[in-house]
Amino acid sequence: MEDKCCCNGNLTEAKEVVAEIGGTKDRIIPLLQEIQRRRGYLAEDLVNAVAEVTGIKPAEFFSVGTFYSQFRFTPLGKNIVKMCKGTACFVAGADPLIEAAESYLGIKSGQTTPDGLFTLEIVSCLGCCSLAPVVMINGKVYGKMTRTRLTQLLEEYRK
Amino acid sequence: MNTDIIVGLGSCGIASGAQEVYDYFEKNLDTSIALKKTSCIGICFQEPIVEVVAGGVKTVFGKVDVAFAEKILDGVKSGKLPEANRIFEDEGTNSFVGPQVKIALKNCGKIDPENIEDYIATGGYEGIRKALTMTGDQVIDLLKESGLKGRGGAGFLTGQKWAFLKGAKGDKKYLVCNADEGDPGAFMDRAILEGDPHSVVEGMLIGAWATGADEGYIYCRAEYPLALKRLKIAIAEAEKRNLLGKNILGSGKNFVLHVKEGAGAFVCGEETALIASIEGKRGMPHLRPPFPAESGVNSKPTNINNVETYANVPRILVSGAASFNKYSYGQSFGTKVFALAGKVKRVGLVEVPMGLTIREIVEKIGGGSSTGLPLKAVQMGGPAGGCIPESLFDTPIDYASIGATGAIMGSGGMIVMDSSSCMVDVAKYFLQFTQAESCGKCTFCRIGTKRMMEILERITQGQGTMEDLALLEELADVVGKSSLCGLGQLAPNPVKTTLRYFKDEYIAHIKDKKCPAGVCKSLITIDIEKDKCKGCTACSKACPVQAITGSVKKPHVIDPAKCVRCKMCIEKCKFGAIRVI
Repeated sequence: MEDKCCCNGNLTEAKEVVAEIGGTKDRIIPLLQEIQRRRGYLAEDLVNAVAEVTGIKPAEFFSVGTFYSQFRFTPLGKNIVKMCKGTACFVAGADPLIEAAESYLGIKSGQTTPDGLFTLEIVSCLGCCSLAPVVMINGKVYGKMTRTRLTQLLEEYRK
Repeated sequence: MNTDIIVGLGSCGIASGAQEVYDYFEKNLDTSIALKKTSCIGICFQEPIVEVVAGGVKTVFGKVDVAFAEKILDGVKSGKLPEANRIFEDEGTNSFVGPQVKIALKNCGKIDPENIEDYIATGGYEGIRKALTMTGDQVIDLLKESGLKGRGGAGFLTGQKWAFLKGAKGDKKYLVCNADEGDPGAFMDRAILEGDPHSVVEGMLIGAWATGADEGYIYCRAEYPLALKRLKIAIAEAEKRNLLGKNILGSGKNFVLHVKEGAGAFVCGEETALIASIEGKRGMPHLRPPFPAESGVNSKPTNINNVETYANVPRILVSGAASFNKYSYGQSFGTKVFALAGKVKRVGLVEVPMGLTIREIVEKIGGGSSTGLPLKAVQMGGPAGGCIPESLFDTPIDYASIGATGAIMGSGGMIVMDSSSCMVDVAKYFLQFTQAESCGKCTFCRIGTKRMMEILERITQGQGTMEDLALLEELADVVGKSSLCGLGQLAPNPVKTTLRYFKDEYIAHIKDKKCPAGVCKSLITIDIEKDKCKGCTACSKACPVQAITGSVKKPHVIDPAKCVRCKMCIEKCKFGAIRVI
């Protein structure tokens, strides 16, 4: 039988995480980053189990987790679409692009489509200002984006 | 004959397709040709960039795709390189490079950042060797003499800051590098970390020697995976050579360096918030004093500088204070790196001597407007900075002169805007950013920016009043005065500067219900000019709400009640017949 904590978290996995990262308070952010790396989001059961292993209260983990924008509490979609809204992209017309993506996918930014295919995010700068406006899909940057090309691209990723 | 092919693999180069070009060479090269990689050389508008060094002659090609890479390879084999795409034979590139002086970016785009040998071959780690022959005070005095100021934006004298840490009581001291570059539209620090990570490591090492710190952190945002990777490689290589760790180079000096990944919070650029984040807490700032030099990481004395500041240090040690402060304007010395972007012909990473004017950067280096529309302003300093109007483009790059305009030198974002940018919309954009990033600790920052945002929304929707404008000015003043940290204190800057220089645009939104730049949707109408419309139907097909009607080869019309002003039709019209009024 698997080693479970009081709230059904997987203690074996939690021990692995803590062994790898460390279990002191100054390691809370790296611990959360590791949980997110493993599960794609901050799965409550694993956060609780890690809290139990480290002896740090779960509230401290959630307090830190909710503060930083990197952390998410819901699973990601299959394709991650990051719309850059840095200043250069904004000046080059990021807003109409974001609207086009939202209307094509039928979701608002920060959400995942019901079929789990796409997660749409707005990011503040991808640092590719020379290619503005920029969209990043699954880690690949597409520059000089137009609304027509964006919908074509999303169509391709849907397949 | 030895031939090297060097591909620029910075983030922006990769985004433009440099990885595919590198992969192509890797597959098709024989052993007589060495394939190397380097990082961003800053000439972003020419990416991807490939350099060929054959028999000591260097040829640099721009805008290289796989098809052109094939031509380069044929040229290397036949001894006749292609004539096209040679960027240094292009007048534009030369005007871009000409006025620049590279100190912080000296190695970027020239060395392989993942190879410590390359760094050492350019004089790397000579700075620390020299520092080890000096006392801490002598190093600090040299830095003071150079006039180097914090390049993160605040512009505090670096030597002075180091002296505070050296003078602090306690046997445990920390040195921190702020690499949490969060300003949207800024990528200077990323370019240094990706292109020359050892310069930052060495700068910190010199700082550790001068101040007595024995442990350090580089706090880098997680959104920069390539920078993080290269930093970790650099630290591991430096450790292997006893440039980090215990008894460095036999000097008895210990210095351990860690990389800490940020988790996405703009406020962590503020030093007290950054320290909280290093300690694993929510990144919320606290009141100063105590300053970090007294009580920082784990309540121990701590010094924080940004990436560009540290990168300058080894160069000052090696070449002396005079080689740095010979570039000066008023009380500003050396150079400053800017990420030049927006509506200019040539965008990229530029390093200019103090005293060069904004106009020289925008017009000479940047090549002027990319759209043909007149330029209106540059935005400097990101969300904490402000918009400097075209009439003040002769302002020199100098902390005091830029500060006098209401903007700030900032960390180096420089976004050029033309007449198609609505300044009210721009102010709203930056305020939206700081409002979302406010940590919530101070009431005025948390709620005041929210109220300012609501006023700006009313104005851009045509529902603003002149009383709103007065309230906006009052709020901007109060929020700045009543916030604890830089984020809140400077959050009103974009609003303040646009109110100062572009008040007529605010008034046009309020009184005339017009957006002069044609941006704010509630205040514009899209119209088809009958004489120019050929009735090609492209617009009506593109319209997402079927607001455009008309028969083939007859002028079309837009129903303003249905139109959502998405401007899709303008994008599609080949005859320039659709306009914003």
